[in-house]
Amino acid sequence: MKAKIHITLKSGILDPQGKAIEHALETLGFTSASNVRMGKYVELDLKETTKDRADAEVKAMCEKLLANTIIEEYRFELN
Amino acid sequence: MNFGVIVFPGSNCDHDCLHVISSVLGQKAIPVWHKETALTGLDAIILPGGFSYGDYLRTGAIARFSPVMGAVKTFASEGGMVLGICNGFQILLEAGLLPGAMLRNRSLSFICKDVHIKVENAATPFTGHCESGQVLKIPIAHADGNYYTDPVTLAALQANAQIIFRFCTPEGKVTPEANPNGSLDNIAGIRNAEGNVLGLMPHPERCAEDVLGNDAGRLIFLSMLDALKKAKLKTAVA
Repeated sequence: MKAKIHITLKSGILDPQGKAIEHALETLGFTSASNVRMGKYVELDLKETTKDRADAEVKAMCEKLLANTIIEEYRFELN
Repeated sequence: MNFGVIVFPGSNCDHDCLHVISSVLGQKAIPVWHKETALTGLDAIILPGGFSYGDYLRTGAIARFSPVMGAVKTFASEGGMVLGICNGFQILLEAGLLPGAMLRNRSLSFICKDVHIKVENAATPFTGHCESGQVLKIPIAHADGNYYTDPVTLAALQANAQIIFRFCTPEGKVTPEANPNGSLDNIAGIRNAEGNVLGLMPHPERCAEDVLGNDAGRLIFLSMLDALKKAKLKTAVA
């Protein structure tokens, strides 16, 4: 089973990288883009084959290491 | 006194710390490899600056799971003095030994320059040699020093006098302009509620002797040494 994990700064926390990207997009004429958030993407293979258990395992990985939940939020897909 | 300096893969200020402890303070400085699991015979621990594990994932995120960190946690919980400088501060935050987290600098730049910090609390084992309100000129060198915490934790830090250093002007005014990285409430250094763990972004080990043209950082090391001596004396008398 493969997990695709997205980690971004929580909404409400200033994201200077997102802001810089937004500004660059604007400069290039992409004026319709707003609220740019820069994040991280982690992809990994799991030995686990049960969806429920895989879900719990990836959640634990995110809580313990992959995301710092003081400043970040995460979401993931399993397939 | 015996000072242990933890060496993570990617630490690069460990030798500066070892030098200050041995040559400036005249104390025993012991490098401790991150694979160690026990901290025996040490009176204080320093987590030095650098780029542990290449700053991969987040600064300090991987170093906090180094084998030695279990022993550092035990050492701190038993009241041992722990000082985290720059990356060491980031590791203490990730390890939960200090509250909050680091965001990328507001400017997105790595900032390496002298800044001024105000000693907000001189009644700590790390600042006993400073005056309250004293301004220290100390260099910073980081990309992730933009301290963040939730409003409840910030209020607790303020109420318990846990904010030890704030970025300020050379005159000691804490202003937004004097804040180099966007840090919440101009925070440059905090301690834990118990008072025995301190983290700060500036580098006192880089300005601890006259030959370098600035010895403001020595005050922090001298404070630690004095506090340790007093604690030892107390134990001996008891």
